[in-house]
Amino acid sequence: MSSIRSSLAQARGLGSAKVGVAHWWAQRVSAVALVPLTLWFVACLASQFGADYASVTEWLSSPLQASLLAIYLAAIFYHSQLGLQVVIEDYVHIESVKIAALIALQLTNILLAVAAIFSVIMILVGAAR
Amino acid sequence: MAQFRLPKNSRITKGRRHDAPADAKNTKTFRIYRWEPEAGENPRVDSFTIDLDRCGPMVLDAVIKIKNEIDPTLTFRRSCREGICGSCAFNIDGKNTLACTTRIEDIEGDVRIYPLPHMPVVKDLVPDLTHFYAQLESIEPWIKTDTPAPTRERLQTPEDRAKLDGLYECILCACCSTACPSYWWNPERYLGPAVLLQAYRWIVDSRDEATGDRLDELEDPFKLYRCHTIMNCTNTCPKGLNPAKAIQETKKLLLERRS
Repeated sequence: MSSIRSSLAQARGLGSAKVGVAHWWAQRVSAVALVPLTLWFVACLASQFGADYASVTEWLSSPLQASLLAIYLAAIFYHSQLGLQVVIEDYVHIESVKIAALIALQLTNILLAVAAIFSVIMILVGAAR
Repeated sequence: MAQFRLPKNSRITKGRRHDAPADAKNTKTFRIYRWEPEAGENPRVDSFTIDLDRCGPMVLDAVIKIKNEIDPTLTFRRSCREGICGSCAFNIDGKNTLACTTRIEDIEGDVRIYPLPHMPVVKDLVPDLTHFYAQLESIEPWIKTDTPAPTRERLQTPEDRAKLDGLYECILCACCSTACPSYWWNPERYLGPAVLLQAYRWIVDSRDEATGDRLDELEDPFKLYRCHTIMNCTNTCPKGLNPAKAIQETKKLLLERRS
């Protein structure tokens, strides 16, 4: 901590960003939401265990099942975004690398979420044959 | 980025050995971290075997005995010897605690004593706490009011006073902050459990009139939200306090005021 700046100036730094509570709360709410959604998804997998492709797509063609699956996938990638962002902020201390990693993470999660939800929609409208 | 080995000049080497007097029957070995800034040498761990029949019961008694009788260059902070000043906080047997309230007999095998982890070392067991104290100063740990000062005490109900229990007892020994991995990775920006407990102590004080400003100052991804509820702080606190709970209560207040 050797610097000619006063130690108080270093401790205060750039001050408070006045954000953080929304991220923290969203991480907790999405974690709790994933508990019943995961139970539902595991139950679905069990019910379709060993079934053929046609039967699974037929079952997924129900709007309710498809919506739940889309919400589940959205919650997974949203929660992954929030959690991995914290990991990068914790461990990456080179500002330029940190910003690049945060952008790459966000783009990856958006791509995966959109691709996953599109897959559900394609099954729903019968496009995936 | 993450560093997996200590820098070359920080790696610990084998130190000197001081054996017990020949007539000693009840001995214990203390393995103590030594580093002398002016010597230009790597840190080392010296071992001191002492006669427990001629030593007080606490780890601090042994450390003082070693300084008095074996090696006067051994450097450490101590003052009250009764767990109220917070000076003799070391990493003892792998856990941050106060040497004066830790019994030698409670430690199995050799007693390993290191300075508080992840702080710059001034010498031997003395860490540089300048930044820690500056962070405490930054949360302005004193009462702030706009109402003109009353002519007598500022009154508080017994219930409001009880909210300070478990907070006012903190002696700022820095055991908790230096046990926190989040504080290790981001000490420049994360305030750490000790300072956040102090901040909460003023947030819940019914006599203080700056609660909102205090919460504003804490709402920051780094100052407060680097706490990931690891709980090392609560596990290690030699006074039995719960900084993790104080941090959680602060987060709950921040949530409460926006919904």
